[in-house]
Amino acid sequence: MTIRNAIRDHGQRYRPRMACLKKAEKVLLEMQDPKTGVKSQPQRLVITTIPHAISGEDIIAWLADRFQIDSQEARNLGSMLVALGYIYPLQDHKRLVIKPDASLYRFQTPYFWPTQQWPVEDTDYAIYLAKRNIRKKGILELHEQEQYNRLHKWMNHKWDFIVMQAKEQYRAAKERKKPDRVVFDCQERAYWVVHRPPPGTVSAMDYGLERRIDPNADEVTGESLHMIFTQQSIMRPRVKSSVSIGALVKYCATYNSHDPFLSKCLPSNPWLTDDVTYWTLNMPNVEIPTKMRVERWTFSFRELLSDPRGRDDFRLFLKKEFSGENLAFWEGCEDLKWGTAATMREKAEHIYKTFLARGAPRWINIDGKTMEITVKGLKHPHRYVLEAAQTHIYMLMKKDSFGRYMKSPVFKDTLKKAIAPEEHKFTDAQLEQNAKNRRPSLSPIILRQQELEQKAKMAASAPVDITQVMSKLSKQGKEVAPRPPSKN
Amino acid sequence: MCQHVESTEINCLLCKNVRLLICLCSPFRCRSLPAQRKIYMRSPPIPEMATQEVQLNETLAHLKTESETLKSKLEEERAKLHDVELHQVAEKVEGLGQFVMKTRRTLKGHGNKVLCMDWCKDKRRIVSSSQDGKVIVWDAFTTNKEHAVTMPCTWVMACAYAPSGCAVACGGLDNKCSVYPLSLDKNENLAAKKKSVAMHTNYLSACSFTNSDMQILTSSGDGTCALWDVESGQLLQSFHGHAADVLCLDLAPSETGNTFVSGGCDKKANVWDMRSGQCIQSFETHESDINSVRYYPSGDAFASGSDDATCRLYDLRADREVAIYSKESIIFGVSSVDFSLSGRLLFGGYNDYTINVWDVLKGTRVSILFGHENRVSTLRVSPDGTAFCTGSWDHTLRIWA
Repeated sequence: MTIRNAIRDHGQRYRPRMACLKKAEKVLLEMQDPKTGVKSQPQRLVITTIPHAISGEDIIAWLADRFQIDSQEARNLGSMLVALGYIYPLQDHKRLVIKPDASLYRFQTPYFWPTQQWPVEDTDYAIYLAKRNIRKKGILELHEQEQYNRLHKWMNHKWDFIVMQAKEQYRAAKERKKPDRVVFDCQERAYWVVHRPPPGTVSAMDYGLERRIDPNADEVTGESLHMIFTQQSIMRPRVKSSVSIGALVKYCATYNSHDPFLSKCLPSNPWLTDDVTYWTLNMPNVEIPTKMRVERWTFSFRELLSDPRGRDDFRLFLKKEFSGENLAFWEGCEDLKWGTAATMREKAEHIYKTFLARGAPRWINIDGKTMEITVKGLKHPHRYVLEAAQTHIYMLMKKDSFGRYMKSPVFKDTLKKAIAPEEHKFTDAQLEQNAKNRRPSLSPIILRQQELEQKAKMAASAPVDITQVMSKLSKQGKEVAPRPPSKN
Repeated sequence: MCQHVESTEINCLLCKNVRLLICLCSPFRCRSLPAQRKIYMRSPPIPEMATQEVQLNETLAHLKTESETLKSKLEEERAKLHDVELHQVAEKVEGLGQFVMKTRRTLKGHGNKVLCMDWCKDKRRIVSSSQDGKVIVWDAFTTNKEHAVTMPCTWVMACAYAPSGCAVACGGLDNKCSVYPLSLDKNENLAAKKKSVAMHTNYLSACSFTNSDMQILTSSGDGTCALWDVESGQLLQSFHGHAADVLCLDLAPSETGNTFVSGGCDKKANVWDMRSGQCIQSFETHESDINSVRYYPSGDAFASGSDDATCRLYDLRADREVAIYSKESIIFGVSSVDFSLSGRLLFGGYNDYTINVWDVLKGTRVSILFGHENRVSTLRVSPDGTAFCTGSWDHTLRIWA
């Protein structure tokens, strides 16, 4: 059962949205400039000579020079112009690409340029096929024959008109001079190769799904809404460009050494060497993290929290400081926000009882005003009811605990133990061997099952004894032992 | 986490009472609004509707001129704090070296145009969807196919991997977004356990899980975005404001972030607050449909790619467009964009079958990659930034590194 929203396409391929066409036309006009455009030469056929033929290599050279690009890119651009139908090949007319040799091409006449204004009509195609049929029976190719039969069926009611038009055009063509006729036939044939491509070929006119709104139509609705929105936007607080752009630049600089595209991945990028040590060393809950990973935790509190291993380390530190309830509360709030709607109410109540109520077992310290808002909101709980409290606790952890964590023995210990793997130096033979030995990894489904089993075990034993919890945390992740990093 | 965390007392625009606000970036509405009523509302409440009634009766032309004046006033305000250009600041930054990026894997198996793909958090698995209704889960490293689903509709334009790696979501011309839990049993028919989550009134253009498997954000050709609860299929929040098809969306990367950006056929890129359903920022500088939007890794900016053959960078704190990535020789539209891990590189998949790599700070093009034989329809960088994957209308996916 398919619900189709697109207007039924009987072969009409009207495209109101090809913004590239205007740009392509500009390029074409430049190319045809008699002084600065592509140099043309006459093409010699058996008896006649056709002027203004251009060679593939000249087109590519001109494009490369005009846009200051290399020849591969120029060739790609040239091929796209041919695929759109602005230039057509004189030999091998069905392959719409630019060949970087002396193959000849001509500029298509603007009459046959692809346009956005009106669709390419099936009627015209039917007339064209009928005309060719009249000229010489059996000249139509297989796919053209099939199209012809299909159109004959769909347009039976106006077939007489079509045949009449075809005969008229054929007769008019005969009255032209031979060179003009040859040129026009080439142009017309090229036009239809573009707009009714043979099956199995890649067509630049292939547009995909039509979009619902017509960009040429006037926007009528919602003016008043927009105005209110614009008014509010004017009052929006903004930051100076130098400040915000400075922050963007700084971010790039900070993470530069961590970006696999800009700096070396240690020990090696798995996609380049087919060796997955890098991934094994950086598993989410590995016991000993890499030095690079630990360095990332220091960049921002957000980085620390978003890495499961970092968060575990931070949790350990907080337990030692007896302020673990802050992180637990924050995690509870996240669970509430992103969890299923069904359990939301219970979760909110549970969090209230555990962290916010008077005399709660893990009472968190938030200011009076925030507590007031939160408690009031909990009367009608929704997923963002704890937003204010969560933000307060987050900022508390960020401004206070985070700083102390980075100076703590827990962190220093983790940093000291962190691994800095040596870079792999594979020979070509070894690389080939690696490529042959690609192994699948454990499915995330299995990993998740393991995780859930672990969590159940953790929850079963009461987390009152601090020493018990700490030893459990340090044993966690021992299942996946990292492979030795050096390979020789 | 937004930077403007302050406490202040301000008038709520709805009930005019004085209320405490935590974040100045949110629209000025009081927090005591019950959430339930938001679920079934089709459009947000407009407080000044009564005073606007007189204006509504006036001619369209008058409205248009007023709108234009307001827009230019907005641009004036935005320009006041614009004291430096991105490329000026970037002059002090070191230039990038030469890049050697090649296709490292080619994934063949789709029988028709590949329309969308997404990475799994395990950094090697991907899900891809195509025009013929097939959705395939691959281990891109070994190029093995692990799961396959046949959707009951064609043109599956959106697919997403769940954060847990145990489910995928997809949708397209069926106007729905469905979640398929994955199974280790090869013989199991995944379609049996499918959950229909989202229901739109037109095609589904993009979908994304939020921070968990339980919620999905979708955008549709009907001009709206919506947030859904996966378990019950309940609509949690809807986002109205685009005047035309919404083609893409991206969630803000921050851990405590509650915003996302969407781009549409109305040439606008809107930033939304997931809590209230309000549009908090809007940018309209593109000249054609916006096909793809992606946040900068810090969450303070986002890039967009459009049919007008340009990619643009918008700074959220400065509230303006700060860079345009374009070249005279690039005339075909951008179908998808993504940043490298540090945000220094912007990868763009184009409709002329190529991939262009841009230096985000300096605004120059660093590299152009060839290989696909038809339009590049989707592009995503892997979660750890070690590679990026492209899907194309030539039926294949390629991993580049």
